[in-house]
Amino acid sequence: MMHAIQAELGFVPHEAIQRIADTLNLSRADVHGVLTYYHDFRTEAPGRHVLKVCRAESCQAMGSETLEDHLHEQHGVAMGETSADGDVTVEPIYCLGNCALSPAVMLDGKVHGRVSTERLDALLQRAKNSTGDKS
Amino acid sequence: MSVTIYVPRDSAALSVGANDVADAVIREAGSRNLDVQLVRNGSRGMLWLETMVEVATDAGRIAYGPVTDTDVASLFDADLTTGGEHALRLGKTDDLPWLQKQTRLTFARVGVTDPISLDDYSEHDGLVGLKKALAMEPTAIVEAVVASGLRGRGGAGFPAGIKWRTVLGAEADQKYIACNADEGDSGTFSDRMIMEGDPYCLLEGMAIAGLAVGATEGYIYLRSEYPDAHIVLTTAIQRARAAGWLGSDVLGSGKAFDVHVRLGAGSYVCGEETAMLESLEGKRGIVRAKPPLPALEGLWGKPTVVNNVMTLAAIPFILDQGGEAYAAYGTGRSLGTLPYQLAGNIKQGGLVEVPLGVTIRELLYDFGGGSATGRPIRAIQVGGPLGAYLPESKFDTPADYESLAAAGGLLGHGGIVVFDDTVDMSKMARYAMEFCAIESCGKCTPCRIGSTRGVEVVDRLVEGKNRKKDEALLRDLCDTMTSASLCAMGGLTPLPVLSALDHFPEDFVKS
Repeated sequence: MMHAIQAELGFVPHEAIQRIADTLNLSRADVHGVLTYYHDFRTEAPGRHVLKVCRAESCQAMGSETLEDHLHEQHGVAMGETSADGDVTVEPIYCLGNCALSPAVMLDGKVHGRVSTERLDALLQRAKNSTGDKS
Repeated sequence: MSVTIYVPRDSAALSVGANDVADAVIREAGSRNLDVQLVRNGSRGMLWLETMVEVATDAGRIAYGPVTDTDVASLFDADLTTGGEHALRLGKTDDLPWLQKQTRLTFARVGVTDPISLDDYSEHDGLVGLKKALAMEPTAIVEAVVASGLRGRGGAGFPAGIKWRTVLGAEADQKYIACNADEGDSGTFSDRMIMEGDPYCLLEGMAIAGLAVGATEGYIYLRSEYPDAHIVLTTAIQRARAAGWLGSDVLGSGKAFDVHVRLGAGSYVCGEETAMLESLEGKRGIVRAKPPLPALEGLWGKPTVVNNVMTLAAIPFILDQGGEAYAAYGTGRSLGTLPYQLAGNIKQGGLVEVPLGVTIRELLYDFGGGSATGRPIRAIQVGGPLGAYLPESKFDTPADYESLAAAGGLLGHGGIVVFDDTVDMSKMARYAMEFCAIESCGKCTPCRIGSTRGVEVVDRLVEGKNRKKDEALLRDLCDTMTSASLCAMGGLTPLPVLSALDHFPEDFVKS
């Protein structure tokens, strides 16, 4: 149910908790507990694009930290943050199962492998262009 | 005459542009008026060659790779459709050394067939195991699995047949098959590859398990990080239902078995079997105390077979060829084959299915070709984030359950992550504690608190103000976590931490 709400809205808003609790005959605390337990679920709206950067061992072995630093320094957005212009939210993820083509990122649900800083910039630019955002 | 061209839809291939290649193939074939049939197959596992395009010729399938969308026009110029010469031509797929050296039992069809084609599946020995199982008594199915020596491929290595026997012997009005597809270990992707490349194999394995223990419903707990696998699985289940081999009347036998997919939500510990059951029930994925065993009180309190994807996907072969045929491979108590996964800083990363007992060195150099950066391989981590870091001196260890345990490691899900000589092992030890702190379910204190304290102690140790005391403290903390944690999350986190400290002590001394 939370998956469906997040797929629709991009996050699970506070108001949904009571509705879910009523529907499933649970307490609000139960629903809140589940919602906040899982990394995937957000309680606030993300940026227009969501970039998940793998932080697991295999991607570390191929320089995923460089990607994190690059995002921080060049795009001004750290892990778990949304850029000031609301373009992109960067989240950590622990393994995308693309470990032979590390480092890997997932941008708006699509996995990309062997990601260099240049490739990351190109991916972000293409995403921004596709939704007509101002860069 | 129509020519068949294969472009993988495996998400590793997609991650390097396979969809663009597929579009280019359609476009080029169209502009040249060629009658081309495009099949989106699974990946052959040579992931460094993705996107690997194959074309069916009279001489067999010819492979080209790694292909990008900009190469496609020149491939057609070089007579791709007849297997013509080109700089990217690799030769006959079946003759490629990487595949020739493998023993593909579980992955026999992956990359060969169209993953969601039921016709392809039955033409390539699919459903033979299930049909045989339908004609057998449940006890006979279970004993075939016992005879195969198949052990839980998720990491714990518990004999699958013994688990099934327990569930078969349990009295209940409802039993379940729960497939653990929460492949959260870094460096592992074999579950994903079979779900994307041959989903019917997993479904057939689950159906056989259902017949064996008297379960009529199966659940696949799939991690949310695998959206492509989700699409393939749900499509495959719909088609299998429509074709009558899942549902209330499996292949006209009068017996029922159906499968449902449930998505995880980014929690690593939900790969632990009892946390997975909690999560399947819609709750927070918190570890349960054992006993009771899930085999007796599992999903919704009912007897449940909890098996990994790789365990269940090995079942169709075992029923088709017999338990002894599977047990003919492997060594000692580690029988059968294992799809190993080579990842991280490796030149030729991918999936290698060979009999258990292959040495780490063979995997790293004969298959993997050394590091991707060309620098010496300094350390590897086998078996995911809870596996040990091993130095070069351990590379001749056979990669089976017992040998790796004797070498102070564990086999886990068969993933090997490679690091070159630029790695700082104190950082990796710190990361192991940090990861445990992030992913701990919080139920038991050694894991919840120990991991956070562990990060701090590693930091202090590297700072080096009171090295002896901090090292003793770290070892003591690890001892507590190992012996007092409820599950493997806290219980095994000390393994990467201490193996890094034991094998690479120099990295913990900063001048």
